[in-house]
Amino acid sequence: MSSTPTTPQNPETGTARVKRGMAEQLKGGVIMDVVTPEEAKIAEDAGAVAVMALERVPADIRKDGGVARMSDPDMIDGIIDAVSIPVMAKSRIGHFVEAQVLQSLGVDYIDESEVLTPADEVNHSDKWAFTTPFVCGATNLGEALRRIAEGAAMIRSKGEAGTGNVVEAVRHLRQIKGEIAKLRGCDNNELYAAAKELRAPFELVKEVAELGKLPVVLFSAGGVATPADAALMRQLGAEGVFVGSGIFKSGDPAKRAAAIVKATTFYDDPKVIADVSRNLGEAMVGINCDTLPEAERYANRGW
Amino acid sequence: MTELSTPTIGVLALQGDVREHLKALTDAGAQARPVRRPEELAEVDGLVIPGGESTTMSKLAVVFGMLEPLRAFVRDAKPVYGTCAGMIMVADKLLDAREDQETLGGIDMIVRRNAFGRQNESFEAAIEVAGIPGGPVEGVFIRAPWVESVGAAVEVLATYGGHAVAVRQGNVLATSFHPELTGDHRVHALFVEMVRASAE
Repeated sequence: MSSTPTTPQNPETGTARVKRGMAEQLKGGVIMDVVTPEEAKIAEDAGAVAVMALERVPADIRKDGGVARMSDPDMIDGIIDAVSIPVMAKSRIGHFVEAQVLQSLGVDYIDESEVLTPADEVNHSDKWAFTTPFVCGATNLGEALRRIAEGAAMIRSKGEAGTGNVVEAVRHLRQIKGEIAKLRGCDNNELYAAAKELRAPFELVKEVAELGKLPVVLFSAGGVATPADAALMRQLGAEGVFVGSGIFKSGDPAKRAAAIVKATTFYDDPKVIADVSRNLGEAMVGINCDTLPEAERYANRGW
Repeated sequence: MTELSTPTIGVLALQGDVREHLKALTDAGAQARPVRRPEELAEVDGLVIPGGESTTMSKLAVVFGMLEPLRAFVRDAKPVYGTCAGMIMVADKLLDAREDQETLGGIDMIVRRNAFGRQNESFEAAIEVAGIPGGPVEGVFIRAPWVESVGAAVEVLATYGGHAVAVRQGNVLATSFHPELTGDHRVHALFVEMVRASAE
């Protein structure tokens, strides 16, 4: 061992690289909403790359109404103790104290989420101020870049959570990918105008134009209920999938969860998707987004 | 000077940061491609097991019939390089893992999962790696494992805080950290060299 170089201890925590790098490790995977330690174990058994700890899944938040807030710390602790995979939790938009609490509990990622009732209708949280990385929802490129400018280390489509209907997630992902493709053809002169139009910092717009992708990982969220839904989102360019109500509001959660994991890895192989889609039992019932009143559309929350 | 060969190196693409490894390998002079199926594994000279969630990777390897082909790949002394979750996959034994978690083995070591802590403890540090000239590499550690103990045949290439974080045994290389997340591809270049040497 004497010939092995030793390295002095000089660790730097909370850097953009470790925050964004954490999301890179989740790619190709499924992140599942869970409300109890038992559900968290089912998710881990099924091959989830992470779980999202929350008090009620979005479908129940819709049903129950009222103000939806950060979960009970006891519940989050219970889930952290139950599994060895990363644990995420949600804070309300702009509620930086909920985020501080989640950081102190040691969650691995904070979702500043439109699924909870917004606490601030003007400002999102300053995510640079935290060691814990943040994921945020977006419906278009400008929104995604504003969140990244505020320090988000991962972006997900908003979709329309708790509906079991993938139509909004498809719309958001196509919108983001389409706007990125448009930037690819722009020269510098046009990028200044594009930044103004997107209401996003010029440096970020230029970076996206050069990379041809966001500078952080992009997942899909909102309305995924079947293996084919998950594969669809991946073929549309999502690097991984969040599944909320779609698993634990279905007839056979363990089986459906494992099937969605497999379809997310083999998203481009219809034979695998067909195989894993057999005999999954009841999918969650689902809601038609057209019939949702404006006030109940979560995707409109945040800006 | 003799012309350098271009080995074909696969990246296990069940889950994880596959794209970053493909890019790093390409930059280091290899032809890189994703590997998800046994027939794809049969076509590569070496394999990288990326960072990701080791429980997920191990489950998918079992379900899709990749575990035995991967173990055979290691047994046949084909070069393998594992980063983070990949280090866990090439460990003979694990600590703090689920009992049903399968590994490929390949390095006679005991690896502790998430040993450096949760995401809030994830960090960057400069790491001196034996056999890599030109100063320390940028070590990016994300919920990283460390090597608890090694057998006599294992070469420890780097340590951090008293724990081994880069090791090699024969044709199997492993690091706790993620060189693929940096622009510095010297560790990948070392692996490409191992693949070239093994193909000769």
